[in-house]
Amino acid sequence: MSKDTEKKGITSWIDERLPVFTFINHNLRDYPTPKNLNYFWNFGSLAGVTLVIMIITGILLAMQYTADTDLAFDSVERIMRDVNNGWLLRYIHMNGASMFFIIVYIHIFRGLYYGSYKYPREILWMLGVVILLLMMATAFMGYVLPWGQMSFWGATVITNLFSAFPVVGDYIVTFLWGGFSVDNPTLTRFFVLHYLLPFAIVGVVALHLVALHQFGSNNPTGIDVKSDGDTIPFHPYYTVKDYFGLGVYLIIFAALVFFAPNFLGHPDNYIPANPLQTPAHIVPEWYFLPFYAILRAVPDKLMGVLLMFAAVAVLFLLPWLDKHRVRSAQFRPYYKQFYWLFFIDCMILGWVGAMPAEGIYVTISRAASIYYFAFFLIIMPILSRYEKIGELPSSISSAVLSDKFDKGTENYAK
Amino acid sequence: MKKTTTQAKKDSSQIDEEKRDFLFVTTAGLAIAGGAVTAVSLVNTMNPAKDVLALSTTEVDLSPVEEGQSLTVMWRGKPIFIRHRSQEEIDSASNVSIENLKHKATDDSRVENPKWLVVVGVCTHLGCVPLGQKIGDSKGEFGGWFCPCHGSHYDTSGRIRKGPAPLNLEVPPYKFVSDDIIKIG
Repeated sequence: MSKDTEKKGITSWIDERLPVFTFINHNLRDYPTPKNLNYFWNFGSLAGVTLVIMIITGILLAMQYTADTDLAFDSVERIMRDVNNGWLLRYIHMNGASMFFIIVYIHIFRGLYYGSYKYPREILWMLGVVILLLMMATAFMGYVLPWGQMSFWGATVITNLFSAFPVVGDYIVTFLWGGFSVDNPTLTRFFVLHYLLPFAIVGVVALHLVALHQFGSNNPTGIDVKSDGDTIPFHPYYTVKDYFGLGVYLIIFAALVFFAPNFLGHPDNYIPANPLQTPAHIVPEWYFLPFYAILRAVPDKLMGVLLMFAAVAVLFLLPWLDKHRVRSAQFRPYYKQFYWLFFIDCMILGWVGAMPAEGIYVTISRAASIYYFAFFLIIMPILSRYEKIGELPSSISSAVLSDKFDKGTENYAK
Repeated sequence: MKKTTTQAKKDSSQIDEEKRDFLFVTTAGLAIAGGAVTAVSLVNTMNPAKDVLALSTTEVDLSPVEEGQSLTVMWRGKPIFIRHRSQEEIDSASNVSIENLKHKATDDSRVENPKWLVVVGVCTHLGCVPLGQKIGDSKGEFGGWFCPCHGSHYDTSGRIRKGPAPLNLEVPPYKFVSDDIIKIG
């Protein structure tokens, strides 16, 4: 803080009128951060960087893309073949979507494990769920733009979800399409919204950060910061840690882009859209698979759709479903086990989502869907009430430093 | 925080400054190099693409153009003025004293074959397309072209003679592939 008074010249002249440097200093330099953050706390900044990568590559792609049913597919192929480094641009953007979801899912599971959604960070958490929803909408509409077979039929299936609603369903779908099937009006509006929504995401991210900096980061112990001794300045400690994490992340990202750019995609999307023929096996992108599995697990159309939406919506209620006073799963022996079961459950849902909806897969997807909701709606409220916990460390420092605590965790683990 | 800063101060005597500088410079250097390479690759996508460059030559058959007539063709998205000049026009272009020209160039240096003048039909002032190709167009005071935007007059060699334009109409790269056919670009 003492640095504020030392500023001189042009910097202080600007800062007095527009306190950008004070702001940077306050939020990226001196910003007191719990000193025990582990690498799972890198994923917020990684998500931010990925958003920037997506916006930059997206803007450059939009300069070459044509949103017209007759021209869209060819314009994407032109990007791949004729535009200088167009293949690179598109592969970064395409795989960037997958990387973004990987990062954000890890970010969410981190919050779930360490109780980052609890008091006083409820709004921070809910803003995060809003970002997730916006990301899903953006990713879905982006996948439609190349106008391949998967684009077209994915758009058809997803928009038809809304036809499940009684009475208004058909009107909603006609409205979404701007016609009587997925066609040119649908493509043009999807393109506009796909370009618009990321900037809405930027806005919500800004709110997310404001809410974060109100109370600061949670930490692996879930214990509040009690004194200056519990924190270290953000710079250089976490700038360096985030920077290192970014390097590792970009290596993985680059490996995907350069060596397996179509690994996560579907070959059918390199066939131009044909409204007269549905592909034999239609699956969404991998990041939607768990939700897709829940949709298919339910034999009733409307219930399936409602449950799928509920699977995301339930996250909004999380701060009130889990009212246990201890945040971190580290100190909650039962929650920890149910948590890992839930993690495995999500993986299973993702797996059956990619399988054909028949035979044993239906049974598995039903069992997994039941556990998904039971975890939030039954297990969490019960645990908040009855889960007994041992003694918590008195502060972050003592948790990090004392031997007593180390023995303590061993006991909990047993 | 106070505690940690005093702690850091106490240890600062043991810090190997040289090693720190090395780490800092290599890290920042690689980041800047990587960022620069990425930025150049991405910005390069905005340069003309292969399909655009593939359109950079145009062949034109001159046989239907009678003496005194003009032809406009597209090359790289720009109009190319081709004029089949009469002897009178050739003479008026080559009899001008070079000294009097704003942008000095002999008529000879601007044509492959004096009968055919080939120029880019874009005014060198601010990019308008001059008049003078169609019958009934104003050809300006020097019998060539006249730009209606800001009043530049070009002569029968496409040279600027009067008005704000600084340069003569550009002569595109072209050659005669046969007596009647030219390839522009």
